[in-house]
Amino acid sequence: MKHLLSTHNLAREDAIAILDIAEDMAQFGHRDVKKLPALRGKTIVNLFYEDSTRTRISFEAAEKRLSADVINFSAKGSSVSKGESLKDTAQTLDAMGIDAVVVRHSSSGAPYLLAHSGWIDVPVINAGDGTHEHPTQALLDAFTMRKRIHGESSRGRGLDGVRVCIVGDILHSRVARSNIWLLATLGASVQVVAPATLVPGAIAQWPVTVTHSLDEALAGQPDVVMMLRIQSERMKDAYFPNPREYSSVWGLTAERYARLNQSTIIMHPGPMNRGLEISSEAADSPQSVILDQVSNGIFVRMAVLYTLLTGAKGELS
Amino acid sequence: MSSRILITNASVLGGKLENLLIADGIIALRNAAADTATDQVIDAAGAIVLPGLVDLHSHLREPGFEQSETVLTGTQAAAAGGFTTVFAMANTNPVADSAGVVEQVQRLGDEAGYATVRPIGAVTVGLAGERLADIGAMVESRAAVTIFSDDGKCVHDSLLMRRALEYVTTFGGVIAQHAQDPRLTIDAQMNEGEVSARLGLNGWPAVAEESIIARDVLLAEHIGAKLHICHLSTRGSIDIVRAAKARGVAVTAEVTPHHLLLTDASAEQYDARFKVNPPLRTEADTLALREAVADGTIDIVATDHAPHPSDTKDCEWDHASFGMVGLESALPIVNETLVKTGKLDWVGVARVLSQAPARIGQLDGARELAQGEVADLVIFDPTFERTWSVADLAGRSSNTPYTGIPLAGKITHTIRHGYLTVDDGVVVAAETVAGHAREALRG
Repeated sequence: MKHLLSTHNLAREDAIAILDIAEDMAQFGHRDVKKLPALRGKTIVNLFYEDSTRTRISFEAAEKRLSADVINFSAKGSSVSKGESLKDTAQTLDAMGIDAVVVRHSSSGAPYLLAHSGWIDVPVINAGDGTHEHPTQALLDAFTMRKRIHGESSRGRGLDGVRVCIVGDILHSRVARSNIWLLATLGASVQVVAPATLVPGAIAQWPVTVTHSLDEALAGQPDVVMMLRIQSERMKDAYFPNPREYSSVWGLTAERYARLNQSTIIMHPGPMNRGLEISSEAADSPQSVILDQVSNGIFVRMAVLYTLLTGAKGELS
Repeated sequence: MSSRILITNASVLGGKLENLLIADGIIALRNAAADTATDQVIDAAGAIVLPGLVDLHSHLREPGFEQSETVLTGTQAAAAGGFTTVFAMANTNPVADSAGVVEQVQRLGDEAGYATVRPIGAVTVGLAGERLADIGAMVESRAAVTIFSDDGKCVHDSLLMRRALEYVTTFGGVIAQHAQDPRLTIDAQMNEGEVSARLGLNGWPAVAEESIIARDVLLAEHIGAKLHICHLSTRGSIDIVRAAKARGVAVTAEVTPHHLLLTDASAEQYDARFKVNPPLRTEADTLALREAVADGTIDIVATDHAPHPSDTKDCEWDHASFGMVGLESALPIVNETLVKTGKLDWVGVARVLSQAPARIGQLDGARELAQGEVADLVIFDPTFERTWSVADLAGRSSNTPYTGIPLAGKITHTIRHGYLTVDDGVVVAAETVAGHAREALRG
């Protein structure tokens, strides 16, 4: 594995290997001195064409804990705003002799182009591209589910038989896409819940079941309920009438939260719209793992960087 | 114009071998004697002789976008592809919405001499879809425009489209519609389907084309006007056109070579050379389009030759330009998708790539390679095997999607008005061709 661009073709054994290395990273993460020398002398560029404080900080923390040298490159205040092309930027970075690129881009496929166009010859990690994929988010979500369900016996395991319900804007969500492919690979069964306007027409060909009723989905008592962020600009494009209606039909309200089993895990990739797709009662409940997702994100990203930059597979030596 | 060319072992439209004498710009003699005195002999053994191809849909980019193509370079690409006539779309800068621009384009074509250039006029001023362009003036101009199109944009306003169809009827012309509902295709990037959903690229649904075609054939029927559908791309569009023709509506339709060959799976690598409008559809669509050409529902194959500079393709998919070059590869693709598959014989190829587009564009001449006809013809060796590369291109831009794909068939000679524009697979020098063109114009 040279790049991490998508979870669509990620083999089960590779995915589990990353999750297991993340377990090792988590062990270090709980020590007083969190830093490992694994990537000392390596230079990693965080190439962020789209604002994302959370994801960039998470990657930066992961890189620094592995002792890599970190360069942050954001579209604002860079040559990009002067109209430099992705190709020229990539070739410039290549000429500087960097060792890996973490890229966030509003264009679907931009990481794929960086990895395959020949402009630059280093590992490329997709930190979210357009409405395509966000593979490290799916890996950290899987890690979080596995940890909550299997605890100390997580290593080497998938998510076989786990029932996951993903709720919200499937059509535009790169988080949903990456989760759907990875969860299927790890053996989970996925149900998506959304109004028909926010589900791709071709979803019948995806490894999921679809329902338009959140109440019906929750009545099935899923093991995991993952709420997606809903963007208010979708209203202008007539995907749904208004936030009140969205919240009442597809929101994880306090009332719906109260009906869940106490073992049901509540997830959200953040940032949350409290009171829209998720109530504070649900988000702040003991069943919520939303802050675990944030912590685990660093461990999983460390595992991905370590795997791609050192060629390691399986146990962290 | 004294040059006499004898084509020996000529299989005219796939018929039995004969010798063909070209002299004084016309087909002087069919079944000529093998020892006829000439200046040049071309042995066409193993090749097919077809009437010069007519492209109803080219973007020559001049004036305004000369970094992509000019009338000269575009018609060189045309000659390389066996075309002797090209209709030049109106989306230049300035737009071809006035007599001045269409006359300029026509003059540039006449001077270059590689192909007869017939300008297409815009339907609306600046392609803005708001008010009619100077249609009468363009008809009456020296360019004598017969086809009007806002191609690249759809004439989506129903009332304006109705008026355009009616008004053009006044002059005996035809509207060529780029069928795309703009509201259903906001920021659309590729065919809406399984691939677009997985790749996270905004979908361009088939219904956005079909709903406009359905409306327009009803308008044409109501008014009694002629309508031409550009680059038809979906199964559903075929059904609408087939039903309309059965009712007697004066509708004609074209398909591009790329929609006959390529599918939306081409987008998997985010390689923007495959980004085109309308987008590449599914395999089921390509197969249906081939059948529709065979049964006559689709009248013609037209290239939608759309040159772009490399930097507008060598970038993120959603930042890239729509379109691909297509003049040089059209006949090999028709060979691959329609001839080798048994859908068309060479008489059929001559119909869809020469006679029918000429009729829709109201060109003179029957294009049957009869004795006395203007000598516009192409010699094509359908057995020549090659893997397509940018070296097969002759225009200014290299945005071909076919590199690395086997495409059989080579245009060995193109003859326009009795003189060679392509000789033994090589485009003849510009000065030579321009000299012949001046002679031909003097008559």
